[in-house]
Amino acid sequence: MNRAIGIAAMWLALAALPWWMPLIGGYTTLGSKVLIYAIATMGLNLLLGFTGGLSFGQAAYFGLGAYGAGMTLKYLAPSTPLAILIGTLVGGLAATVLGPLVMRRRGIYFAMITIALGQLFYFVAVRWNQVTGGEDGLAGFSRQNIHFGSTVITLDPTNFYFLVLICFTVAVAIMWAILQSPLGHTWVAIRENRRRMEFLGIRVERYVWASFAIAGFISAFAGTLNALLFNFTSPQDLHWILSGNFVIMIVLGGMRSFFGPLLGAVIFVVAQDYLSSLTGNWMTFIGMIFVFIVLVFPTGVLGFFRRRLEVA
Amino acid sequence: MELLLFNAFNGLIQGVFYALMALGLALILSLNSVINMAHGGFLVIGAYLAYTLILYLGFWGALIVGPILAGVIGLLVERALIRPIYKRADPLYSLLLTFGLALIIEDLVRTIWGPQGLPFEVPDIINSPVSSEYFFVTGYRLFVIGITAAAAIGLYLLLRYTLLGIRIRAGTRDLETTSALGVNIYKLRALNFGFGCLLAGLSGVLAAGVLGLTPPMGDSLIMPSFVAIIVGGVGSLFGAVVGGLIIGLAAGITTTYYPAASEAVIYLMMLIVLVVRPRGLFGEEGLFE
Repeated sequence: MNRAIGIAAMWLALAALPWWMPLIGGYTTLGSKVLIYAIATMGLNLLLGFTGGLSFGQAAYFGLGAYGAGMTLKYLAPSTPLAILIGTLVGGLAATVLGPLVMRRRGIYFAMITIALGQLFYFVAVRWNQVTGGEDGLAGFSRQNIHFGSTVITLDPTNFYFLVLICFTVAVAIMWAILQSPLGHTWVAIRENRRRMEFLGIRVERYVWASFAIAGFISAFAGTLNALLFNFTSPQDLHWILSGNFVIMIVLGGMRSFFGPLLGAVIFVVAQDYLSSLTGNWMTFIGMIFVFIVLVFPTGVLGFFRRRLEVA
Repeated sequence: MELLLFNAFNGLIQGVFYALMALGLALILSLNSVINMAHGGFLVIGAYLAYTLILYLGFWGALIVGPILAGVIGLLVERALIRPIYKRADPLYSLLLTFGLALIIEDLVRTIWGPQGLPFEVPDIINSPVSSEYFFVTGYRLFVIGITAAAAIGLYLLLRYTLLGIRIRAGTRDLETTSALGVNIYKLRALNFGFGCLLAGLSGVLAAGVLGLTPPMGDSLIMPSFVAIIVGGVGSLFGAVVGGLIIGLAAGITTTYYPAASEAVIYLMMLIVLVVRPRGLFGEEGLFE
């Protein structure tokens, strides 16, 4: 019951964000960015936190989604829903195809292969100048208003925020349903004791593959929204630094909890925005956040408070 | 043909840097069980320290002292930050920690030495072309290959014949038993981490002479080094060296025919190896599976 009230309160706060955000000095686009990163990291957390697959290359699928959406708008058709659909498919299918290469691996090796695979797409984006815009990124497209029969929804920043919020809600509902299903329970069991699941006759590799693919689809979905938010995407959206940021957001919030990555995304995106406006050395501070969390806060903010509650 | 040779040789030099980086990474990976994302950072530290030291010690002094200082900084980092998290079984934490370190090091180097590229002077004696026909074969490039070969052979002899090396290899096989036999594994792992960082620093100094100095130079070398390890096979130092040379050569040769794909080809090769031979060329079966 408490949980239901908490979630309702959170959702109301998110729905009212365009009104209270300016009061505390923020802007709506920042809210959109937080939600987009929350979708990506919650999707990644299905793999990282719930299945136990240490993916360090998730930006690849996020970026593929972004490029897919941008290129759809630029070269194919001026339709926002189509851009989201194609971008999500491109990134998700890439993860599905590459999944078999990583699903047998564990721990450190899993991480290394996912990092290196991500770089493949980074260099394609950097070097395939004519199509991707190369190092400068892909520009020259903009999100199109959505037509519902005769009604037209203009996607100004505020309306776009609501579109992102709807997408967030749908993605959260899907992820929640998956985690409640036998699939989700099998993932957690694999995380806890992989060998035992193998002995029970579960095809562990297929489940890890499914987790990798679904995480890829959701990250790509978030990537399409990110491209639409800024009407721009660059190779930085594919770079392993972004992958690392995704993982730290998850750990920061708490990787064992469903909404942990959302909290991590809020803290990280706001901190990054604030620090980069404050000092040119913001990278050092972000790096120190990484070190600090690992040494002092390994269970994340939610994990920390949960433990405090248990002790009390 | 001339162009092919030129690019292949360039690729080989790149491959030498990848190999040297991958050697340090593989050393740390096997005994410390850490993917050192900050390895590129130690490379940059070695290179920039050498740049500054040249003023006081000359090229030869800087070539020796720069990497050693990178190794010492590695030792300190291991002691202060990495040792506390060995007991955590999940490799996630060491990855994130070294990732954060990589960001800090790159930013600090940019602050101290400036964001623009710096030239790295190599003495004329070793920098002149060896022959006029193959102008790209400068003495310095042969020197780089020689030093790297010496470092790799030195490391092999160290691991094969010295007590320290035997302990490192034993620790790689079975850390617990090694510890039970009376070896101080904390000291061992610290030394090993320092060695790895020293190799990174060495490749940094050598690379600076060819590529010049920029703060993100470590960035562009670390990912191919990962690929070198995956292609060569996790758990094999020899594999790391061979992997580095192969992908360097492949990138160089690709430059001749299709320059835009010269980076992507490295990752494509990794894909092929992973499909055809998942454990890599010289990797042990079952490791990390």
